[in-house]
Amino acid sequence: MHIIENGNVAAALGVKLCRANVIAAYPITPQTPLTERLSEYVELGQMKAEYIPVESEHSALAVCIAASSAGARTFTATSANGLLYMHEQVQWASGARLPIVMCVVNRAVGAPWNVWNDQQDSISQRDTGWIQIYCSDHQQIIDSVIKAFWLAEKVSIPIMVCYDGYILSHTYMPFDLPEQGKVDAFLPPYKPDYALSPDEPANLNTVTLPDVRTDVKGELAHGYMEIRYLLQEELRTTLMAAAEAEKRFAGIFGRSGDPYIEPYRCDDADYVAVGLGSITYQLRVCVDLLRKEGIKVGIMGVRFYRPFPDVAIANALKGKKGVIVFEKALSYGYEGALASDLKSALYEHLAGTGTLPFVQNFILGIGGREIRTDDLTQALRAATKSRVSKEPTWIGLKL
Amino acid sequence: MQAKTNILSLPIQEFVHPGTRACTGCGLAIAYRVGLKALGKDTMLVVPPSCLTVLQGLFPVASTKLPCLNVTFASTAAAATGILATLKTQGKEHITVAAWAGDGGTSDIGLQALSGAAERGDNFIYFCYDNEGYMNTGVQRSGTTPIGAITANTPFKGKLQQKKDVPAIMAAHNLSYVAACSAAYPLDLYDKIKYCVNLPGTKYIHIHIPCPPGWGYDPRYGIKIGRLAVETGYYDLYEIINGEFKLTAASEKLVEKRKLVPVIEYFRAQSRFKILTDAQIADIQNQIDKKWAGYYKKDE
Amino acid sequence: MGTRNYRRKTSHSENGPGDGGRTGSWRVERPVLDQSLCIPCKRNKEACFICWLFCPEIVISRTIPPKVDLEYCKGCGICAEECPTKAITMVDEAKFSEEDTEKKKDKD
Repeated sequence: MHIIENGNVAAALGVKLCRANVIAAYPITPQTPLTERLSEYVELGQMKAEYIPVESEHSALAVCIAASSAGARTFTATSANGLLYMHEQVQWASGARLPIVMCVVNRAVGAPWNVWNDQQDSISQRDTGWIQIYCSDHQQIIDSVIKAFWLAEKVSIPIMVCYDGYILSHTYMPFDLPEQGKVDAFLPPYKPDYALSPDEPANLNTVTLPDVRTDVKGELAHGYMEIRYLLQEELRTTLMAAAEAEKRFAGIFGRSGDPYIEPYRCDDADYVAVGLGSITYQLRVCVDLLRKEGIKVGIMGVRFYRPFPDVAIANALKGKKGVIVFEKALSYGYEGALASDLKSALYEHLAGTGTLPFVQNFILGIGGREIRTDDLTQALRAATKSRVSKEPTWIGLKL
Repeated sequence: MQAKTNILSLPIQEFVHPGTRACTGCGLAIAYRVGLKALGKDTMLVVPPSCLTVLQGLFPVASTKLPCLNVTFASTAAAATGILATLKTQGKEHITVAAWAGDGGTSDIGLQALSGAAERGDNFIYFCYDNEGYMNTGVQRSGTTPIGAITANTPFKGKLQQKKDVPAIMAAHNLSYVAACSAAYPLDLYDKIKYCVNLPGTKYIHIHIPCPPGWGYDPRYGIKIGRLAVETGYYDLYEIINGEFKLTAASEKLVEKRKLVPVIEYFRAQSRFKILTDAQIADIQNQIDKKWAGYYKKDE
Repeated sequence: MGTRNYRRKTSHSENGPGDGGRTGSWRVERPVLDQSLCIPCKRNKEACFICWLFCPEIVISRTIPPKVDLEYCKGCGICAEECPTKAITMVDEAKFSEEDTEKKKDKD
């Protein structure tokens, strides 16, 4: 059934369909309508869940961590400074291997205060061991939330489903609302390998030594380093689980795509524009225009940012003349995070083969600065002529 | 509060193993052991970084026999809320959720989450074990460190500020139950836990915990010093039930006795108070006398 | 190095004694009971047990006579201080034979 709703509601509907049963939330623009809608579902009895209006984002994720440890399917959502406030807990959740799903409604971080869209918030969390998925439209939002619960519970790693604040969260689009029955078929009830309980007591996440140590049964148990290694190793194998998720989803809902990237007119392209989220759709207008001018350009939207699908990306960009990365965030002190990761993947897989494209990094839309399609087209056109700069070039700056 | 348990009627079952990393003569070990006896097997614990984290053991050995979630410093009460939420969804609300946090994890970094949980009326017991400092990290001052105490970061002048009255803060949340206890009076602690465990909403129990390295005394005097704190009228054992304040156990008896041990005895017994001047001690004695005059008056 | 099940992916501890190792090695003096002064011993029935109540290490048994688990007793002296009849005295460890204090177990 197709409905017309905004991105936040799409996310909320996804959470409702997945039967999350513990939701903790603290309000922050532009996430608020998402959690408000969830509270409506709970109060109306449409969702059988405990909804906890916590007193801070740090506590929101604390509630989820504890609830998930005891065996509940949990959800929270936040943006910007809220995400930053819960950073300690973000690190905790992945180290504790809990399948928490969190929507990040991308917004610029302070200082100074800014409530509009860019992706600095979630990008700044890329090292935390969470899976990160970026959505480009409302269908992807609701579908990604559903896939996220399945994937998180499969690999025991928490997931951030990210989408652009205002641009997606507050705009209306038609999308298919999956049927509850199909979602239930796709996502069975959460059965953790272990849930904290008096029936099988354990002490979770206490101080863990640098070295290995004998447990109460006399067996050698992992040290901190092994536990962390396993997180990394299983994050990498998550790439395979993501492909499996995509296949399962396709089987039940009849739609799917590449699990990691979203290509548009890439096959015969000489130049590929790369981005995360809604900007990749805005770029389609530019690409169609440039194609008419005879410039063979395409787009590769990156869906999975963490774990980074380096092989898929390198394969897709192999032999292209140039890659132009448009980013709404950066790793301050160097360059765009996506550009860096991309360069690293290209270097790793293509160096010395003669198929290495140049990488041009554009920074734009910071703090919600309007991204004019004309500017995008101009930048893209210029980059297809020759690499514009080594350092990132900022589009739309008004110094 | 009714039942007066005695030693012989205390349950024999232990919920903690011996051979922990707690200091010799740790006051928390005494309170925690009796506390768990009162809580019983169907309990889930939440513990932030603190002495208890270490007492409960390092991975992969746990000295506590109950299920326990270790959490970040500021999030104890929120985590208790989270466990509670899951238990509700599982229909297992007969299981008690008990948070055990230190004074730093309660009065300082953990106060926000605790206040939030109390305001929401989340149904768990929150224990603040108050050894009056960040003892686990080497005796730094906390919000509940008393005035004049030498700590690692108030090394020469002693703490200049008053002890934060956390039970009073919690009482302002209109809780069904707030209590002040001491490791030196474990049976009083036991009775209070048994009384309040099924009351609605968040219950708050503050436990005074003598700490040999932090307070500066020979470990064998731990209970004696804990008792002195009460007998000098410096630290009171009480409960606040639906807003009504009532002294209990030894503190209640002091109202009848009308005789407090001079507080200087309490200070003399611990090296952390060695820089207190006569004037400061007199001032503190004054404050105690005033407080107790109030208690005596209420009693009349 | 252990099995690769979920519990090995996380810091998940099961319970047992001696997390701190053989904590009996910490003490410099040990409690010694004079049964002639001990109330439950004299009465030959359950009584007092204050030493059992206040032991922070849970190494005093609630038996007649109370017994101390020297494997873990840290020698804090609270039992001696609190005993109402001073039946317990703290005695220098050095006074006891070496074999007594050298029991080694496979704790790390």
